[in-house]
Amino acid sequence: MSVRTLRINGIDVAVESGTSILAAAKQAGITIPTLCHLDGVSDVGACRLCLVEIQGSNKLLPACVTEVAEGMDIQTETPKLQEYRRMTVELLFSEGNHVCAVCVANGNCELQDMAIAVGMDHTRFPYRFPDRDLDVSHPQFGIDHNRCIFCTRCMRVCDEIEGAHVWDVAQRGAAVRMITGLNQPWGEVEACTSCGKCVEACPTGAIFRQGSTVAEMQRDRSTLEFLVTAREKKEWTR
Amino acid sequence: MDLAELLAIRQKERDRQKSTRIHCCTAAGCLSSGSAAVKAQLEAAVDAEGLGASTEVCSVGCMRFCGRGPLVEVVSREGDREPILYEQVTTADAASIVKALKGGEATAPLGDRNHPFFARQFPIVLENSGKIDPERIEEYIAVGGYQQLYRVLYEYDPAEVVDEITRSGLRGRGGGGYPTGLKWATVAKMPAGQKYVICNADEGDPGAFMDRSVLESDPHRVLEGMAIAGYAIGANHGFIYVRAEYPLAIRHLQKAIQQAKRYSLLGSQIFGSPFDFKIDIRVGAGAFVCGEETALIASVEGRRGNPRPRPPYPAESGLWGCPTLINNVETLANIPAIIREGAEWYAKIGTEKSKGTKVFALTGKVRNTGLIEVPMGTTLRQIVEEMGGGVATAGGVKAVQTGGPSGGCIPASALDTSVDYESLTQLGSIMGSGGMIVMDNETNMVDVARFYMEFCRGESCGKCIPCRAGTVQLYQMLTKILNREASEGDLERLEALCYMVRDTSLCGLGMTAPNPVLSTLRYFRQEYEELLQPATGKR
Repeated sequence: MSVRTLRINGIDVAVESGTSILAAAKQAGITIPTLCHLDGVSDVGACRLCLVEIQGSNKLLPACVTEVAEGMDIQTETPKLQEYRRMTVELLFSEGNHVCAVCVANGNCELQDMAIAVGMDHTRFPYRFPDRDLDVSHPQFGIDHNRCIFCTRCMRVCDEIEGAHVWDVAQRGAAVRMITGLNQPWGEVEACTSCGKCVEACPTGAIFRQGSTVAEMQRDRSTLEFLVTAREKKEWTR
Repeated sequence: MDLAELLAIRQKERDRQKSTRIHCCTAAGCLSSGSAAVKAQLEAAVDAEGLGASTEVCSVGCMRFCGRGPLVEVVSREGDREPILYEQVTTADAASIVKALKGGEATAPLGDRNHPFFARQFPIVLENSGKIDPERIEEYIAVGGYQQLYRVLYEYDPAEVVDEITRSGLRGRGGGGYPTGLKWATVAKMPAGQKYVICNADEGDPGAFMDRSVLESDPHRVLEGMAIAGYAIGANHGFIYVRAEYPLAIRHLQKAIQQAKRYSLLGSQIFGSPFDFKIDIRVGAGAFVCGEETALIASVEGRRGNPRPRPPYPAESGLWGCPTLINNVETLANIPAIIREGAEWYAKIGTEKSKGTKVFALTGKVRNTGLIEVPMGTTLRQIVEEMGGGVATAGGVKAVQTGGPSGGCIPASALDTSVDYESLTQLGSIMGSGGMIVMDNETNMVDVARFYMEFCRGESCGKCIPCRAGTVQLYQMLTKILNREASEGDLERLEALCYMVRDTSLCGLGMTAPNPVLSTLRYFRQEYEELLQPATGKR
């Protein structure tokens, strides 16, 4: 085993060669924010939140896919990085419909946590309110495309761990969207094993288990009626 | 095939060619202005005049002065007559051009080969363009084609080829300007095994048509360049990634590959040497991002054309994980000439750090539009005002846009800048692949910036957030400014977001997307400010 020694935020770190900066920082007790990284699946460097500054390089490099090198001097929290991270989160919020109050993931959402972590209380960019749909054709799960941030964790987890590759990316630019199967309704995709890994992988409330969302709250008013009848008329069967 | 056979084909073709050749441009530019019909009329007139024994009408590639097309040139093979160039030839002119051979007068306007548009050019990449029929390999062989491939295989070892290219100082003509020799050396030094050569013909910048022209006019030149590159780095397989919007280029390439295979100039044991090399075409569906090398590789592999972070660079891990050399069309088209004339010859052309020539597609409001190939170090003024003839509108040239959506606008005050990689970068633009769009004083620079942003917004692959969402927000801010609805705060936000998108995007598309905005802000900030709404004070 060969070891690389480097410095992250002034802390000396020794890690195995081949380690990513992200993992090296974690070992040193430093958290680098990220949304698209998920332990256990490959990295894509898409969310750009884990960008770090490396002395001697004028480029910002993604910590998740950059391997450590001997003598690296890394900064993860410079004012520039903090400002860029905040802007990144603002862009994410303004491109979808991220209204926490009516989201199933409220209080349990990595995007929400990220907003708090980078100090984002409002976005300077106008909300775009895109016209995206909702797919609840799957008996157990659903996807609300309005809440998708295209981290592609669902795609990677389905492809690399479950081996089903139900998820993929279609279109490009602002029109980009996650699709299931060959752009079929999720419920019609035979390849889906209903394993639920994508639900676990999703950082926001985009992919969810049915029965747990806000609008799905069911109230059976007839129960009340039954109870009153039962008490008053002593009729205990419906 | 051996050298003697190649030379025999060359001689046979020279014997076959008639003493008078009427070259009719049938590349995309002239074709769109009706040159196919002109050619048919020329052929009919040759028959009608009974000149068939001494005169032939040939389809040739681009003659460069595209703004004056269709172009026809009458060339005498013996050289006893000066070539006569005709411009804007119509079918009605065709008969008179043929009659003029017998002493009549042609009705088509005469072109001037001594015009600064031609006189300042230094054709290397375009040396055969407009002179040979791109659909006949024999014509390419007749002007010395494939001889450099032979020489390389028998007179050089691979390291010597790499060395020759390195010493020539050639830099990547796709826009980046990375030293070509260094790139070749990196791939060559990777452990032996499967390696690939890719020719990047995914030209997609608005206003650029250099690569298309080279492929349409002289496809064998690119094939020969690729084969030489393959020999130098130890690859036996090449791909040309060409966009589907270039059907003529694709057709000429297909034909060229077929012909080269038939003559065993591609395939196994080329010229009886142990070197095997085959070339396949991959047609891109037209995504600008696929010009980005990692996205291009993904596309060739049959996957979604998304870029991935580098390193690893394709030189180390490219197509199917193998070491891969990716060069632009123009870069590869330079190779046969460099081998033929030698590295020293090439290195003498151009400037200290930018060697050789560069092909530009000169377009926009300039009087003379078309394709030009000039030595590096030619000034923008020489190109725009002398060769291009300036602009027709009063007030003159306002700016020159180079590098397309990844480049920037250079103001008229900087026209004396020499065209080389460093000078253009210093001005906040780039060499790019060679689009050069001249703008006059009526051009609204904010609108120009918005045009390029709209392009990038539509072409972003959507993988990383700064490019996917940032370009949309930038486009909206520019629209807001143009609609006179923006305030000073919006301009500040615009600038801040430009830097953010530039610094944090995953690939070159996003990194360079803000360049047209930043460069117009640098030189034409006033135009932005004039559109701003004054702060009204009401809160």
